[in-house]
Amino acid sequence: MSKIELKEMSERLSRVDKYTKKRTPWECVKLSRNINRPGVEDYIKLICDDFMPLCGDRLYGEDKAMLGGIGLIDGRAVTIIGNRKGSNLKENIDVNYGMSHPEGYRKALRLAKQAERFNRPIISFIDTPGAYPGLGSEERGIGEAIATNLKEFSTLSVPIISFIIGEGGSGGALGIGVSDKLYLLENAVYSVITPEGFASILMHDPSKAEEAANIMKMTAQDLLEMEIIHGIIKEDKDGAHVNPEFSASEIKKTINKDLNILTKKKPDSLVRYRLKKIRSIGASKEQESYSEPLLKVLQKIY
Amino acid sequence: MEKLVQCPICHQEINANVLSNNLEVCPNCNYHFHFKVRERIVNICDENSFVEIDEHLVSLNPLEIEGYEEKLKKHKDKSNLNDAVVTGSATLNGEKIYLCVMAFDFMGGSMGALVGEKITKIMIEGAINNIPVIIFCASGGARMQEGIFSLMQMAKTSSAVALMNKTKVPLFIVLTHPTTGGVTASFASLGDVILSEPGALIGFAGPRVIQGTIGQKLPEGFQRAEFQRDHGFVDAVVNRKDMKETLSYLIKTHKVKNNE
Repeated sequence: MSKIELKEMSERLSRVDKYTKKRTPWECVKLSRNINRPGVEDYIKLICDDFMPLCGDRLYGEDKAMLGGIGLIDGRAVTIIGNRKGSNLKENIDVNYGMSHPEGYRKALRLAKQAERFNRPIISFIDTPGAYPGLGSEERGIGEAIATNLKEFSTLSVPIISFIIGEGGSGGALGIGVSDKLYLLENAVYSVITPEGFASILMHDPSKAEEAANIMKMTAQDLLEMEIIHGIIKEDKDGAHVNPEFSASEIKKTINKDLNILTKKKPDSLVRYRLKKIRSIGASKEQESYSEPLLKVLQKIY
Repeated sequence: MEKLVQCPICHQEINANVLSNNLEVCPNCNYHFHFKVRERIVNICDENSFVEIDEHLVSLNPLEIEGYEEKLKKHKDKSNLNDAVVTGSATLNGEKIYLCVMAFDFMGGSMGALVGEKITKIMIEGAINNIPVIIFCASGGARMQEGIFSLMQMAKTSSAVALMNKTKVPLFIVLTHPTTGGVTASFASLGDVILSEPGALIGFAGPRVIQGTIGQKLPEGFQRAEFQRDHGFVDAVVNRKDMKETLSYLIKTHKVKNNE
């Protein structure tokens, strides 16, 4: 082996070392909530050639916790939606810690429908502890807003790619997370409830959050094994906040690779594939084939 | 000795037989007591018309959570149900329907993979066979023990509603006490018509969570059926005794083809 080859190999090995580190689920939870962790705006800056934010749900108001707009990625126009969490206390308060009211979800839907009309793919960046559990939120129908997004996103005729970049908190995350391709960043988490909530409801002790995180199967690796997500986006070994450029370039590569395939699909086959994937999750194994009735009804529609 | 039940609202003591003959509704103040799944089916369907589907299916333990299987067994024994929803076909005043009735007394009516699967399957069958689907909701939300699989049932059931919408088959939702969490944030909010029983608690976050967030007492009647109607999220609040005829009217009017 020549000296140059040796040098190349050791460099490659050190790179592998740099980008892999086994963490406990609880360490991932903490890292996913790190205040310095890059958010949707950081990734937009690093990924897009240009971006213009758009405001409002046209029904009630503008929700600062939900960012939306049109971006250009390598010359391709895309609609981007994502939860804003803020990177300091002032921003956190300004964007309600990433917890949207109904108007945030309705704004996301408005922009998604707009994207469909103009044949733009949709990219969503998810990072929220959940939808906001408050008075106004309930009065204006937060449940209805999320439900409607789940229904509408399932049959949008443009490609949708979702990245969970930090906290994927329950229905609030899923509200912009129904997609063709779903990825988690290496240290992001995705779960039906926070570990604190799980510990308090099922273990009757909120201080057992770490224990809860260990059994909830909420890490990228767990979710990949359970076939909930399509892949894991690598981060710097010390976390995405140390080297946002690295995870941004991994995200960008993934977007380009997926869109090269997905944008060539006919809208009906795109929707069929998405519906089949959603339909298969948690379908009981002892049951007869679930896909046959689905195909029948899809034939009726498309 | 006759058994007496006290109404939690007006505190009147009611003879259990009187209450049962009155569809578990307080004859004094109209408080709607919990209505068991089997009673609901008898109340809504034509006599002996209900045929259960998938009655043998049981929940798995996908995350291998300790104690979940024992909990399922305990609830099975107690409630005589296999899980938190019973689904089937029936007729209502002679019209074919598919019916789902959720059981709040089975683990808080929580939606795990099995509940989501059974409800989705019924909606897809409805879309194929052009048969209206009626769902009586009662749920605390997603089933924590099934983690992410529970969350995904929200997407699954909602996508099935999309298929019903596209095939133009009606979905009638009846919200009963209580309907919250992941069920509110999926199919329960997506009916072509959404009815509710009087006084039912309907919301996304539970009152305790909201109270904890805002740090103040919630207004009287917050998140109740009448509140949801007045805020635009429920079409009508319907008394239990009128539910069958109301659904019958909706089925009939949705059958009328105005372009023929």
